Amino acid sequence: MKPVLAVKDLSVTFRTEDGPLSAVDRVSFEVGDGEVLAVVGESGCGKSVTAMSIAGLLPRTATVNGSVELDGTELIGADKRTLRSIRGREVAYIFQEPMTSLNPVFTVGHQIIEVLRTHIGLNRQAAHARAVELLKLVGIPSAERRVGDYPHQLSGGMRQRVMIAMAVACDPKVLIADEPTTALDVTIQAGILDVLRGLRERLGTSIVLITHDLGVVADLADRVAVMYAGRVVETAEVHDLFAHPEHPYTVGLLGASPAAGRHAESQRLNEIPGLVPVLSEQPDACTFADRCTRAVDTCTSSQPQLTDGPHRVACWNPVRDRVEV
Amino acid sequence: MVDNALEVEDLVMHFGPVRAVDGVTLRIRQGTVVALVGESGSGKSTVGRCIVRLLEPTGGTVRLAGADITHLSRRRLRPHRRDVSIVFQDPAGSLDPRLSVGDIVGEPLRLMRRKDISTKVSESLQRVGLRPEVAQRAPHELSGGQRQRVSIARALISEPRLLVADEPTSALDVSVQAAVLNLLADLQRDLGFACLFITHDLSAVEYLADEVAVMYLGQLVEQGPRARIFGHPAHPYTQALLSAAPVPDPAEQRARRPVLLGDDLPSAIDPPPGCRFHTRCPVAVDTCRTVVPERRTIGEGGHQVACHLVKDDGTGPDVRPTEGVAQ
Amino acid sequence: MAVAEVTEAVPTAPLRSNRRRVVRRILHNPLALTGLAVLAIAVILAVFANWLAPHEPTQTHLDRAFAPPGTAGYLLGTDDLGRDVLSRIMFGLRASLHVGVLAVAFSLVVGVPLGLIAGYFRTVDALISRLTDLVLAFPFLILAVGLAAIRGASLGNAAIAIGIAQIPGMIRIVRSETLRIKSLDFVAAAIVEGASDAWVLGRHIFPNAGSAIIVQATVGIPAAILGEAVLSFLGLGIQPPAPSLGTMLADAQQFASRAPWAAVMPGVAIMLLTLAFNIVGDSLRDALDPKASRR
Repeated sequence: MKPVLAVKDLSVTFRTEDGPLSAVDRVSFEVGDGEVLAVVGESGCGKSVTAMSIAGLLPRTATVNGSVELDGTELIGADKRTLRSIRGREVAYIFQEPMTSLNPVFTVGHQIIEVLRTHIGLNRQAAHARAVELLKLVGIPSAERRVGDYPHQLSGGMRQRVMIAMAVACDPKVLIADEPTTALDVTIQAGILDVLRGLRERLGTSIVLITHDLGVVADLADRVAVMYAGRVVETAEVHDLFAHPEHPYTVGLLGASPAAGRHAESQRLNEIPGLVPVLSEQPDACTFADRCTRAVDTCTSSQPQLTDGPHRVACWNPVRDRVEV
Repeated sequence: MVDNALEVEDLVMHFGPVRAVDGVTLRIRQGTVVALVGESGSGKSTVGRCIVRLLEPTGGTVRLAGADITHLSRRRLRPHRRDVSIVFQDPAGSLDPRLSVGDIVGEPLRLMRRKDISTKVSESLQRVGLRPEVAQRAPHELSGGQRQRVSIARALISEPRLLVADEPTSALDVSVQAAVLNLLADLQRDLGFACLFITHDLSAVEYLADEVAVMYLGQLVEQGPRARIFGHPAHPYTQALLSAAPVPDPAEQRARRPVLLGDDLPSAIDPPPGCRFHTRCPVAVDTCRTVVPERRTIGEGGHQVACHLVKDDGTGPDVRPTEGVAQ
Repeated sequence: MAVAEVTEAVPTAPLRSNRRRVVRRILHNPLALTGLAVLAIAVILAVFANWLAPHEPTQTHLDRAFAPPGTAGYLLGTDDLGRDVLSRIMFGLRASLHVGVLAVAFSLVVGVPLGLIAGYFRTVDALISRLTDLVLAFPFLILAVGLAAIRGASLGNAAIAIGIAQIPGMIRIVRSETLRIKSLDFVAAAIVEGASDAWVLGRHIFPNAGSAIIVQATVGIPAAILGEAVLSFLGLGIQPPAPSLGTMLADAQQFASRAPWAAVMPGVAIMLLTLAFNIVGDSLRDALDPKASRR
């Protein structure tokens, strides 16, 4: 099956006062039709920068290398017109903070209608009907009435639903969801995850889910790419990754995640010692080496590459003894 | 003889028309950890700020180690300050960027006009897993996790009876969060202070708290020993909260279905009559819409719940789909 | 004794401190460097005018009146009384900088404490803010004329009038900084540990408001210099024959068509000086802004 989105050797470097700063280093992954790929990692690992470079949202100080192919069209280095026709239409993006991404002076209906008219060319009536339909799709009760609400009249969860409705208005091939539930309470998060699941089932939208929360990954993802310090260190089918993590960082991350009902009697959480390194300092080494309990000599002298196959790992000394975490 | 590090009786805090806290009663025994759990807008942080008297409560009483501090002036409060400290959520905002780490950690002692501050600062830094040399550094040179350790070192340097920890790990990455939670657990066990751990994340406190109190819209809906709350949650809101947090295990997570409560949290300016949770409760009946539920003890260890539908023996509706029930 | 393992390494090499970052940013900004250089030259000329000036600034040589720039010994020419324009500019700079610094110092001494109090204590905030509005609504020139009428026209009184006019701006900046810092958690933490208001203000709020105050002072100086020029032009500032850049402009306008240089030169000096101060102030503001370090 041909992937809808293919990212190959994507690198992003920022110009800063302290010289070039590498944020993403030769990241590759593919997203199939109707697949949910979770890109998971901690702050500073480059997951958001990766997502923004796919949507062409990076600032001018960023230099992007490599290839991002959407349904066969190369996005890196594409001219502005191509990008504009793709962005919002073929690739849609939802952000962490729904309030700042909605325009406070227009009703939510107006904003959705605007998207439908500019991108698809629907007339006003058709667009209005479609807007109501979209709000129903994302589970907003009494959508006919809510269409006339301003963003500030909605709760945080409702706003994120509106953002999702806007994002899928043009029936995009790929939806990039950057920490879509991080700013929301858990009881509201559950509803949003439900909406995303519904989109995939009903519209067949491929989703790139950027998150730090392994619970969210477990809930929604088909496949997972674990990022650390700008590189993908492991990628696998979701059940396989959680059951048999091979990269020591993945193992550490899984052990450190608290979950209700899983730490019954004063069991300690696992820690990962040390600090996240600055990527630009480590060209020829595994970036995780100095925090890794399994590091061998090769780890500090040579950078491991991702292996081939369905479960790929970039590690010189992967965990292969199939320890249950 | 004082058994309780903290006694909060019918605490009320209104900001103009906003009824942020409306009748919270809470006790923390010496050397135990109580987790105060709630989502945004529940008023949990406001309770914390009343306890450390950053706010003067509108009503009710706050007793620290037996002493009523509810309405004491700043000056009269000073002798009680050493009994309580606070750690905040934001590791960037809770340390003065113009001061060195040593000055920050030593400030409580300086305010008490103690001597030998630098030795104590070194000790305190070591206790939280930092080298004493960190005292010379500026806060912005440290990572988020290290800053939070500095905050903890500062809060504990005056050896308080009670530590109020207001979402101390919520802004941290998962792996760092684990380290800080472990540190707090170790320190609590070794130093024996009482702790009010305020959080939105039930899973973060499961192995730290002795007791759990759940807040919704300014009121406590359920409280009790940890094992009871996690094992036999009685209030529909507690049940929903437990089922909503996804577990990092795909097989298990996909088998459970969260209770969907709807997104609209009622306003604290005009809270719903009767049970405040009735607008989002999947099992609410007519009584819930009109009559305010009383707090009742339903089990051993002081398990209390405020819900009409829970019977006196603790049985009642379980809003969670069957596969989500514990055991 | 608790034993928590040392789980997080502390960076071994010290990172650049805030102050060094600010200095580095200024040094890497050619515009700011040019501004600083102009200021340095102006200060040197003003401070050492007694030694550097080729002529007495008040010495008249009627026989050498209206010498154009470039005349031997008179680089920038002479005015109607044959006084050396360059020498008068040097002493004029001294007067301008004197007023600039004095006025800003006055606004600092009054404005900073009032701003801190207004921002910190909600009870007096309304009172101070209304007083600020009152001063802002009062025409500056009437204030200066009034002050000159009561205390006489002099450089010092001009500085006080200008300083008073600058107080509201200073109060507003310090007040808004105080409000911002007061809401931060480290202030709350200090209060929980029993810190008094004086301690919180002196140890936490004032030092953190420092950079905003410095920037405000830096842009206040050129405004004061322009104010001095206006007041001296109107005869409310320095008294003749002592030169200031403003009085030189005022005098030269009578014979501007015959000796334009006598007006242009001090005009250019005022322009360069205020421009340099504003550039330095702006770059300082940018350099101190922590958000600007984000990529």
